[in-house]
Amino acid sequence: MAGYICLGIGFGVLLQSAGYSFLWAILMSLTIYAGSMQYVAVDLLSGGATLIATALMTLMVNARHLFYGISMLENYKDVGKLKPLLAFTLTDETYSLVCSRDLLPEGIDEKKYYLFLSLMNQSYWVIGSAIGGILGAAITFNSTGIEFAMTSLFVLIFVEQWESAKSHIPACIGIICTLGCLIIFGSGSFLIPSMVCITIGLLIFRKGAEKND
Amino acid sequence: MTDMYALLMVAIMALITFLLRFIPFLAFPADKKTPAVITYLSNALPCAIMGMLVIYCLKDVSLFTGNHGIPEAICVILVVLIHKWKHNSLLSIFVGTVVYMLLIQMVF
Repeated sequence: MAGYICLGIGFGVLLQSAGYSFLWAILMSLTIYAGSMQYVAVDLLSGGATLIATALMTLMVNARHLFYGISMLENYKDVGKLKPLLAFTLTDETYSLVCSRDLLPEGIDEKKYYLFLSLMNQSYWVIGSAIGGILGAAITFNSTGIEFAMTSLFVLIFVEQWESAKSHIPACIGIICTLGCLIIFGSGSFLIPSMVCITIGLLIFRKGAEKND
Repeated sequence: MTDMYALLMVAIMALITFLLRFIPFLAFPADKKTPAVITYLSNALPCAIMGMLVIYCLKDVSLFTGNHGIPEAICVILVVLIHKWKHNSLLSIFVGTVVYMLLIQMVF
């Protein structure tokens, strides 16, 4: 969870360097609340993207959240009125924590645990981005490469999932399909083809992936 | 760009992100049985998508020009090793990011 503070600071610093104060960082972290998308948003804002391009980019970068929602249908089945709130806060980080069911403390109400986790995560994220924005304005340092915080985050989640997964077929399908699509479609438009390929690949190899379950 | 336009962009990003997160819960209500294939996908997708995101982060690495992706390769391996060793997210992110910043600012 504390990784969120680091990532948030990175985002705040980046946004500040693009000319938007920490108030913008707070606003974006409260309303958009999507780590990687907000990093991309700095690009869009400073480049003056069109509204259509902004919408398409959001669709592509965040389409994976459709899958997060589908994965959480079971976990969030009995949460009742909390559902819209839990859906809104279902970020990469929150999702990976909710996925690691073994983290669920014993004897604690599931619903309260999910709510607590979701709210803590967003608080960390908002506080981190505010600190980043203020820091970025107060001190100047060479922030080149700070975006690697995001790469580190995804790599470590990948490692954790790899260790807890019974079958490594899905993880391999994810890597291979994405690499293939990156080579074929180029870095600007490979995300949607990748997601289509991954879904098809998972369906084709369903028997193999489930056998080891 | 005016602040109004920037606000509009933020609103669009927020709205689309929320819709993407909420649609699955509308499409598959809790009181109906979720199809088995969807349950399978929901179990298998996380690993695949995390692999996709790792590649997504590295999409602009050029293997044949510039620094040939050496700093990225070093730091990804570093994060994997540190994480396997300590399983501390904050430590893994911090070391990976700082080493990467040092590498590309001073070495490459």
